[in-house]
Amino acid sequence: MSNVSITLYNNDESRGLIAAILKDNPASTTMRMPGVVKIDCPNKLTILRETVENELGRPWDVQQLHMSLVSLSGMVDEDDDYFTIAWNH
Amino acid sequence: MSVTAPKKLSLKERYRILTRGLDWTPTYQEPAKIFPHAEFEGIKIRDWDGFVDPFRLTMDSYWKYQAEKERKLYAVLDSFQQNNGQTAITDGRYVNVLKIFLTAITPGEYQAHRGFAMLGRQVPNVGLRIAAQMQSLDELRHAQTQIHSCSHYNKYFDGLHSFSYQHDRVWYLSVVKSFFDDARTSGPFEFLIAIGFSFEYVLTNLLFVPFMSGAAYNGDLSTVTFGFSAQSDESRHMTLGLEAIKFILEQHEDNAAIVQKWIDKWFWRGYRILAILAMMMDYMLPKRIMPWKDAWDIYFNEAGGALFGDLARYGIKMPNTAEVANKEAFRLSTETMLTFYQMGHASGFHSWLPSEDELKWLAEAYGPEWERLYLPRFKYFRELEAKGEHYYNPSLPQLCQVCQIPMFFTEPDDPTKICFRDTVYNGDRYHFCSDGCQHIFEGEPEKYVQAWLPVHQVMQGNCGGATIDEIRKYWRVEDGEDNYDYVGSPDETMWKSWQADRLKVGS
Repeated sequence: MSNVSITLYNNDESRGLIAAILKDNPASTTMRMPGVVKIDCPNKLTILRETVENELGRPWDVQQLHMSLVSLSGMVDEDDDYFTIAWNH
Repeated sequence: MSVTAPKKLSLKERYRILTRGLDWTPTYQEPAKIFPHAEFEGIKIRDWDGFVDPFRLTMDSYWKYQAEKERKLYAVLDSFQQNNGQTAITDGRYVNVLKIFLTAITPGEYQAHRGFAMLGRQVPNVGLRIAAQMQSLDELRHAQTQIHSCSHYNKYFDGLHSFSYQHDRVWYLSVVKSFFDDARTSGPFEFLIAIGFSFEYVLTNLLFVPFMSGAAYNGDLSTVTFGFSAQSDESRHMTLGLEAIKFILEQHEDNAAIVQKWIDKWFWRGYRILAILAMMMDYMLPKRIMPWKDAWDIYFNEAGGALFGDLARYGIKMPNTAEVANKEAFRLSTETMLTFYQMGHASGFHSWLPSEDELKWLAEAYGPEWERLYLPRFKYFRELEAKGEHYYNPSLPQLCQVCQIPMFFTEPDDPTKICFRDTVYNGDRYHFCSDGCQHIFEGEPEKYVQAWLPVHQVMQGNCGGATIDEIRKYWRVEDGEDNYDYVGSPDETMWKSWQADRLKVGS
């Protein structure tokens, strides 16, 4: 099993996003560097639109992720309600 | 009569309509004439419709998000200029990393823009062409925003005045130029594996995450902002590279051997370029995020390990030189730094010896072997400086025929011995810094015998003359301003006067 990973800006917009990720992926760990936060999770990490909207308190389009994203590691699957990164091994 | 609103299409449906509806089957031209480069590399594709871009960006959302990124970035750049952001960085030394970035990396972004424009024309799948065209525009945006950000520093600091001219001529910049020239002159599939996969997926994280985080740590608002703005596009580029390689491997079992050869080649080509980044991270950032070796472990061994674990089911293995790169990890930044320190008279940026505190940090990061090998050298150079005899190497180095880096790397298992390899081809002997570069040459000798090697060009009289003064003029390296040690430079004098002004306030 390997880690998937996502790195986000360390700003206000991403705060709700990071909170949602940690809530939906309890196995994940965070590494904070100046300017960015790297989140690692074994095998699979899911971002759910609904959880992010609850954290932000407003509607959130999954593609708005592009405004907070710095890097990722893993295979991407994206639709209207979720964004998933996973390894298949 | 009842009126129902048309149902909004889902993301997946919108993307399917965009990429299937845009293409058509030609009726009066052969497909091979429309896409003449699609077959010569030997990659076999059974069904082009199998390719789907997982980010599923339609054109309208692409423009929307890119415009928003630009608005945010330029607001920061305006504010940085208006508020004299250049005075708030940690130390004047820091700007030297920007001099390397602007002369080496920024023109590389432009080269990537050209390469993806070629790909956006040459691949016979509309989803891949759209993704490549978006990437081509992204790379152009990166080059432009980097030039714009650095132009503010150019008003005050030396060494930022001729980046484009120097990129095509100066000895250490030919390393990056030859890398992208090599990639752009290959076929579309090799380019995709070289830049889209090997460089973007495996290596650019090292440049844009820990290094840019370092810019944030050193108070450089403008660089961290363009850096992360660019990297937000890279996530899309990385995903394209990964989807492309999976697609190629799934199409035909014969493709794996060709792809493996390209992975081996482009991992090593890209890794060699990163030597300068290792130096920037370990020796040039006044405040450091993490040692090069730690970044290498996180982004190559951990992330790369997971990636190659996933590709194993196609028969794809780790690059064949990964083990050598790991052996070099504790000394890469130091071997590079010691070379640039000796070549300070012939470089467009300043070098300097690390302080006692910095040497302690390095020793802690790299351990007793590092201390045994390198502390005496730093001590020796410091003694020479104390006597007013800063060592500058007056000779021209031998360059590797493939990576074009001077021969300063050591044997994988013996860091006290310079690594030399050579091959005779058509009666001429060619020299290499490593087994990796030698194997690349032997795979395509007819390509690499044409290399434009800066030292050979000087010897042939193509670089303004035979003396260092003439060569520096040809490079547009302003003697006494852009070059030599940071200590005693006009940059240092200016920085100290800013600091003195700051201390006067309120006293």
